Amino acid sequence: MPDLLLGWLSYGSFFLVFASCFAIIVLGLNLQWGFTGLFNVGVAGFVALGAYTSALLTTPDTPDRLGGLGWPVALGWLAAMGVSGIAGLFVGAVALRLRHDYLAITTFGVAVTIQLVANNATPLTGGPFGVQFIPKPMQGWLGTGLPWTLAYLALTLVLLGTVYLALERLVRSPWGRVLRAIREDESAAASLGKRPFVFRLQSFVIGSMLMGLGGAVYAHFVGYIAPEDFLPILTFQLWAMLIVGGSGNNRGAVIGAFVVWTFWAAAGGLLRGWVPQAEQARAAALQVVLIGVLIALMLVLRPRGLIGEEVTVSRSD
Amino acid sequence: MLQILADGLIIGSVISLGAIGLSLTLSIVRFSNFSHGELLGWGSYVALSALAVFTATRESLATPLGPFTFGWGMLGALVVSMAATALLALVLDHALFRRLRNQGSITLVIASFGAALALRNLLLYWYGGVPQYYTQNLQISIPLIPRSIGGGLRVTADQMLVLALTLATVTALHLFLRRSTLGRAMRATAINPGLARVAGIDPERILRATWIIGGILAAVAGVFAGITVQLRPTMGVDLLLPLFAAVILGGIGSVWGAVLGGFIVGLAESASVSIVGAEYRAAAAFVVLILILLVRPTGLFGEKH
Repeated sequence: MPDLLLGWLSYGSFFLVFASCFAIIVLGLNLQWGFTGLFNVGVAGFVALGAYTSALLTTPDTPDRLGGLGWPVALGWLAAMGVSGIAGLFVGAVALRLRHDYLAITTFGVAVTIQLVANNATPLTGGPFGVQFIPKPMQGWLGTGLPWTLAYLALTLVLLGTVYLALERLVRSPWGRVLRAIREDESAAASLGKRPFVFRLQSFVIGSMLMGLGGAVYAHFVGYIAPEDFLPILTFQLWAMLIVGGSGNNRGAVIGAFVVWTFWAAAGGLLRGWVPQAEQARAAALQVVLIGVLIALMLVLRPRGLIGEEVTVSRSD
Repeated sequence: MLQILADGLIIGSVISLGAIGLSLTLSIVRFSNFSHGELLGWGSYVALSALAVFTATRESLATPLGPFTFGWGMLGALVVSMAATALLALVLDHALFRRLRNQGSITLVIASFGAALALRNLLLYWYGGVPQYYTQNLQISIPLIPRSIGGGLRVTADQMLVLALTLATVTALHLFLRRSTLGRAMRATAINPGLARVAGIDPERILRATWIIGGILAAVAGVFAGITVQLRPTMGVDLLLPLFAAVILGGIGSVWGAVLGGFIVGLAESASVSIVGAEYRAAAAFVVLILILLVRPTGLFGEKH
């Protein structure tokens, strides 16, 4: 009996760490899309950038690979945010002045290119085999078992909470109001002296930094990353989380991350149970079709998501 | 040197045909359809299944025609695939895009991204991930120009046919858009939907025509990709970035722009293969895209918005 309980506890904490990493990324996406109306189709690329940056900086020196500087993990995470933010700055500077869908197309291109580099620049990224032995923080005194998983879960939850509270303050600040104003009516906001491009760029960069952070936290939990962890399906899962939870609402973004991750894991488990061993690869394809249908249904039937954006009433007091 | 040019034109044919459909959707249905690449993928696989049915019913349909690797069955499969892909585009619009049209263009983009993933994984589910070919016949390339001049040039009969048919298709489409009433109505809707409606043009009919034409062109492009390269379930998503780069390079809504853009992206890809290696081919389209966004975001033939 205790074994079973221990198994569940272990599975549950793994599950929650993943969901929390996704929630951090979805909060970044929510800032970009939910509050600013910027459509990012390359989320997986920004996540990969963060994961690889932190992994390359913190891993011990490896003979046949560049990087391996052995930095402390915390510094790696900061660098992950920095590099993803710089990528966001570059993309934003190119595409944010143009039609809305140009940003979608450019971010899609970024994700494709990052995937390409991750797969082929073997001396830097390890190629298809990825980066291994990414240090797990606190492992020195907690070991590799359940205590470490629980501690990492606590750390992730603290991070998630910090990001959530910071974003809540940010979007309720005058700065957040300008973002929503630009999203709703760009020319009206511009006529009040707010430069839409500058605010959009700021929001896009902060969102990209959070995506990088989420990627780095994920990388150090698993200890191993490869290009196939950051395929377009990841972007799509993250979008499903935001849309199901309700974009424009930070609480919705977090809840969406947990709900969709549960749905994904359950669908995967059921398909694995039903489908014979030889057909497992095909079953994985069906799992993606299922989530595609879920997002389409959500868009058609309940476009606001589980919790939609709060109605803001302007009043003078 | 000449070989790079020729290879670029062959890849460019596929990109051009796909890009025209994408460009029409962008200018008439007014959203970036991320599932357009999957129409190419589905087009090529429907043709594969149709070809299998044809050759199973009559052996002689598989007999190669003259210098080509395929027989009459391939042409029949192309026609079936054109019809089926056009139908798929219409079904997608009916089931998904039409219901979201009044929620703004970005909701449509999200929906198309989801549709693309579902469509691609259905292909993967039914056909498996292993690359396939329409025929196992090998083709010997014909040396057109000897090695002493510009490095020489070798092409296969299939490749020349693909290039010729692409130019024929584009010319036919050009005449349709310029001369026929429906084609003019489509251009009018692209330029000013409100005014077109006032002039008595039924917008739903125009949208249907756009999906059908886009689907047919996607099927042709997909089959050409299958003939000149191979069939993979991921071909749709692999072609998507080149398609978008070609559309933006040419200018949204311009047919000849999409064609020229497609050939330029194709040339950039084949040049990048010989300069930095085949593994970075897909990045060529990204570089073209960033350059055009920085220098001239309206594209070569685009109008200012």
